[in-house]
Amino acid sequence: MRYTILCYHSEEVTSSWTEEEDAEVIENLKAVNRKWAKSFEPIVRLMPTTAATTLRKSENIVTDGPFAETKEQLLGFYVVNVESYELAVQIAREMAEANPGGAYELRPIALYYPNGEAIEDAPTP
Amino acid sequence: MPQPPEADWIEARLVGARPQAVAALLRYFRDLDLAEEAFQEACLRALRSWPKNGPPRDAASWLIMVGRNAAIDHKRKQARLTALPDEEVFSDREDTEPDMAERLDTADYRDDILRLLFVCCHPDLPATQQIALALRVVSGLSVPRIAAAFLVGERAMEQRITRAKARIAKADIPFETPGPVERADRFAVVAAMIYLVFNEGYTDANPKSERAKLCDEAIRLSRLMLRLFPAEPDMMGLLALMLLQHSRQKARFDETGAPILLDDQDRRLWNHGQIAEALAMIDKAMLHRRPGPYQIQAAIAALHARAERPQDTDWAGIDALYGALERHTPSPVVTLNRSVAVWKLHGAEAALAMIAPLSEPLDGYFYFHGVRGNLLERLGRHDEARAAFGRAIALANTPAEAAHIRQHLDRFEGERDTGGS
Repeated sequence: MRYTILCYHSEEVTSSWTEEEDAEVIENLKAVNRKWAKSFEPIVRLMPTTAATTLRKSENIVTDGPFAETKEQLLGFYVVNVESYELAVQIAREMAEANPGGAYELRPIALYYPNGEAIEDAPTP
Repeated sequence: MPQPPEADWIEARLVGARPQAVAALLRYFRDLDLAEEAFQEACLRALRSWPKNGPPRDAASWLIMVGRNAAIDHKRKQARLTALPDEEVFSDREDTEPDMAERLDTADYRDDILRLLFVCCHPDLPATQQIALALRVVSGLSVPRIAAAFLVGERAMEQRITRAKARIAKADIPFETPGPVERADRFAVVAAMIYLVFNEGYTDANPKSERAKLCDEAIRLSRLMLRLFPAEPDMMGLLALMLLQHSRQKARFDETGAPILLDDQDRRLWNHGQIAEALAMIDKAMLHRRPGPYQIQAAIAALHARAERPQDTDWAGIDALYGALERHTPSPVVTLNRSVAVWKLHGAEAALAMIAPLSEPLDGYFYFHGVRGNLLERLGRHDEARAAFGRAIALANTPAEAAHIRQHLDRFEGERDTGGS
C-alpha cells in the first residue's frame, strides 16, 4: 500500500530558520529517510506559499497565494514538469474543464527526489 | 537551568507573530512605545502560560488580546493614581473593540502591518533611522544586534531609535483604512525600505556578521508582505531580486573580503534553491502583466543566474530589459549598468559613448569611474584609464572596494610592463 505523508508547519516559523537550522532539520530527516530507504518513493519539498497560485475551478479565476479554504478537503495531487508557470496554469485549466468544482493550488517544487533512496544527490528542478 | 524543549519553538512563534501583534496593538493604542510594551508583556505571559497550557491555535491573536488587556489594566491603575478618566487614554476604544474581535477571526491584519511598516519609513526620518526603527519595531531585533549591524555603539543606536520614535510621535500618523491609491503609495515606500534593509546587509563580506543577516531579515519582511498582499507583482519582483542577489552571497567575496566580479565568481557556490524560487516568483509575477522596476531588475538578475558560464549570458536580453527599466524609471545609474551589456554586445567604444553624458550626474559615484576606467583600459587609453581608477579609489565606500580597484590597476600596470618589454 502507498501512503502520502503530508507536511504541515507554521510558515512564519520555518521561514525564520537560518540556513544552518534548516540544514540541521533536513539532516535529521535524512537519517529517517535512509533507514526506510526502500519505502520512500518521491520526496518533495515545496516552495513557500508566497510562490503559490490557486485556480478556483467554478469561477475559472487564478488568484495569488495558497488554497486557504477549510470547507474542501485535499483529495490528490499531480507533479508536472513544464517550462513556465503559465504552462502549469494552462494544464490546470484543462484539468478543471475535465473535472469542474473545487480548486487546484499550484505550488512550485523546491526539491524533488523521484526515488527517496537517491536522496544524497541533490537535484533542483 | 535547562530549558524546556518547547522554549525554542515558543520563541520562534513569538518572533513570527510579532509584526502582526505589534501592528494591531499600534492601531489600538496609537503609540509605538505603548504597543511595544504591551507586546513585551504578552510575550512574558506567553512564556509562563504556553508551556503549561499548550500553545494557542492562533499565536498572534492570543498575544494581541493579552497584550491589549495587560496594557489597559496598567493604564487603568495609572489613571486611578493620576485621576485621569479612562476614556481620554483611549479615545477610540468604543469603535475599535467590536471591530477588533471580528478582525482577529478574519486575519485581516494587512493594513495594520502595512501601517506599522509605513510608520517606520516616515518621510521625516532619514533612511538610516527608518531601517533601524523597522528592525527594532517590526522585526524585534535587539538594540545591540542592530548596533552591530550598523557598526555603531549600542548607546548611539539606542539614541537613534529613541529620536526616530519621538519624531514619529509628533508626526501625524493616518489611522483610517487607506484608499487604494494611498495603499499603493504606502506599498511602494515600504518596498523601498525593505530593499534598503537588504542593501545594508548586501555590502558585508562576512555572511555570519549581524550586518549580513539583514539580508535574511529583508527577505523575511518581503515574504510577510506577500502573504498579506499576495497579488502584488512588484513585491514578488522584489523578493525574487533579493533572492537572486542573496544566492551569490558565498561567491561574491574572496577570503580577504574583496568583492569578486560576477564574471569571476565560482557559480557552483551560488545557492540554486534560492535561484529556483526567484525564477518561479518572476514567472508568477509575469502572469499579472504589470511590469514594475523590481520585476525588471529581477528579470535582469535572472538572466545572469540562468547562465551556467559567464559566456552563456544573454546580453541582448539584459540590454533590452535595461532599456525597459530606463523607460520605466530613468536614471543615470540604470544607463551606467546598461553600458556593461552594450560593451558585451557592441564593444567598449559604444559603451564609452553611452556613458559619456553621465560624467556630470555620476561624477561622485565610485562605480561610474570604475566602469569608465575599465572601458578606457580595453581601448588602450591607459593614462585616462589610470586617472579614472584613481578617481574610483578616492570615492570607494569601503577599503575592500578601494583594494579591489587598486588590484585591478596593479594587474593592468603589470600587463603593460610585460607587454612593453
